[in-house]
Amino acid sequence: MKPKSRWLEEEYAEATRSLPERDVPFETLSGIPVEPLYTQEDLEGFDPERDLGYPGSFPYTRGVRASMYRGRLWTMRMFAGFGTAEQTNERFKKLLAAGQTGLSTAFDLPTLMGYDSDHPMALGEVGKCGVAVSSLADMEVLFDGIDPEQVTTSMTINSPANAVWAMYLAMAERRGADLRKVGGTIQNDILKEFIAQKEYIFPPRPSVDLVIDTFEWGPKHAPRFNFVSVSGYHIREAGSTAVQELAFTLADGIHYVRKALERGLDVDEFAPRVSFFFNVHNDFFEEIAKFRAARRIWARQMRDVFGAKDPRSWMLRTHAQTAGVSLTAQQPLVNVARVAIQALAGVLGGTNSLHTDSFDEALALPTEEAATLALRTQQVIAHETGVTNTVDPLAGSYYVESLTNEMERRALEYFRRIDELGGVEAAIEEGFFAREIGDASWRYQREVDDKRRIVVGVNDYVQDHPEVPIQLVDPSVAEVQKERLARVRRERDQAKARAALAELEAAAREGRNTMPAFMACAHAYCTLGEQMDVLRQVFGVYQEPVLI
Amino acid sequence: MDRKIRVLVAKPGLDGHDRGAKVIARALRDAGMEVVYTGLRQTAEMIVSAAVQEDVDAVGLSVLSGAHMHYFRQVVAGLREKGADDVLVFGGGIVPDQDLPELESLGVGRVFGPGASTDEVVAYLREAVAHRSAQRS
Repeated sequence: MKPKSRWLEEEYAEATRSLPERDVPFETLSGIPVEPLYTQEDLEGFDPERDLGYPGSFPYTRGVRASMYRGRLWTMRMFAGFGTAEQTNERFKKLLAAGQTGLSTAFDLPTLMGYDSDHPMALGEVGKCGVAVSSLADMEVLFDGIDPEQVTTSMTINSPANAVWAMYLAMAERRGADLRKVGGTIQNDILKEFIAQKEYIFPPRPSVDLVIDTFEWGPKHAPRFNFVSVSGYHIREAGSTAVQELAFTLADGIHYVRKALERGLDVDEFAPRVSFFFNVHNDFFEEIAKFRAARRIWARQMRDVFGAKDPRSWMLRTHAQTAGVSLTAQQPLVNVARVAIQALAGVLGGTNSLHTDSFDEALALPTEEAATLALRTQQVIAHETGVTNTVDPLAGSYYVESLTNEMERRALEYFRRIDELGGVEAAIEEGFFAREIGDASWRYQREVDDKRRIVVGVNDYVQDHPEVPIQLVDPSVAEVQKERLARVRRERDQAKARAALAELEAAAREGRNTMPAFMACAHAYCTLGEQMDVLRQVFGVYQEPVLI
Repeated sequence: MDRKIRVLVAKPGLDGHDRGAKVIARALRDAGMEVVYTGLRQTAEMIVSAAVQEDVDAVGLSVLSGAHMHYFRQVVAGLREKGADDVLVFGGGIVPDQDLPELESLGVGRVFGPGASTDEVVAYLREAVAHRSAQRS
């Protein structure tokens, strides 16, 4: 068989003489050039044993379980939350009844930023983009009728993660649950807040210490809980490329591991409960390659660099969410197609858990109908497409394996650059991530504005569409929360609450693990704002340098 | 010689999603406008104060959190109180169509939703600011 280079020069050139290539950029969303064809030649030097392996075995390129979806489907875990705890509890129950297999909680901005619902900074924002949780009282209502030993819950919470996790665990304990059986995930990835989502409160140093407190406390007290979900989703939504998402996420993970080791923790004690969260965007094969490269890179880092001995420490387990930022307000029903394709990429990439966006994503929070349709999309993939019949079906594809290799190579190049800057925290201060992400999002916008990149319904195939009903948030939620908070503050044991807050302050000042104090605060019905204010006093608040 | 159009790009409230605000700020700057971006977590008072201090022609609010009505109302009222109601207030983010009429009645200019092009925003500002200064003189 003639070498590819000659085929390109001969038959392919001949073909494109009579039918020229379309005038579009043939590259992935990351800008990786894509060739007309991939062959065996593109995998020269590829060692299947070293680079591929079997699923469930090092380096896990093909998946973290030997049987993957033949044994168990990915968790269908729909992100949900709005208004009061009662309203979100109702949505949780509807989604469980519709067949989702795990819970995922969206909190409102005041909660995410560590403010009680009645704080002046919370004005206008209570319950608007997630559920308002200001104390254990809200948490108890939020999970009313849901057994924390039977259902796993993910909570998208970062700066106040320790406090909110403690409220969840306290809720479970008060129900008589055995914390060793309570499973779930707290996102708790503060590094990506400084990099992308910007929901930080305190400066980086103490913020990372709070995260490492969970690395230390979690395995001993809530061993089924993933105490961190190292995230690329938000980095991608902020405008990064897939390669940057891959590299920056894993760099953050590596940074946490280093910090935990510096504290004297044993890698095999915490690493098995480090989990991840990636975006699933539009470039179908690039996304699949991203997941496969992520598992391989992480496995190698954990075993060969950090010397972890337990195979569970080497496994990258991940949740995934389809790319919100790729969905359009124009002709929103078209988003159903986008989400289906993205979800399929996540499944072919071997994700362990998946949220599919609703088609009204660019308009408002999801209506119940839109959220149900998004869940059904996962169920169609699981039960009607046959892709779950075999593990990692795309392995061996010349294109997919080449792309997996290329993404790994480019990610490792980013690791080198970040290390040269002195690591992730130093790179944050230097503005490295802000520039990379800012430049990537600028480039993308120019491509769309110049019509070099087509977005159906936005810069081509534009057409009016019928109005779509949207989810409204009842404005009375702020009043309800105000009353509930007043009642909590009035009825709790004041001495107990004061003592718990004092202990939190002491632990923070003395550099002790704060989790026991957070648990005491939760049980004492200290409010979220009270706890965060204590830490604001101790650690100060962070102001990021303004960089455009 | 016309002076450059001066625009304040602002993120009111707790919302930290600044991708759009930063892209717009860069586009306006590239288009020859003077752009002030005051960063995240700005209160309405801080925005009004910066607008007056920087003597801007327009203030663009970026809100994706659902709290837009609250912040547009406050900023418009705040500017009026300071005698700066000739400043154009416009915006971007996630604002349902059904809220646009009320914003318009408040005196808010265009609100650019997802899918708006940077060229559109630049063209709008050039036209709207010129129109306003023509009205003043």
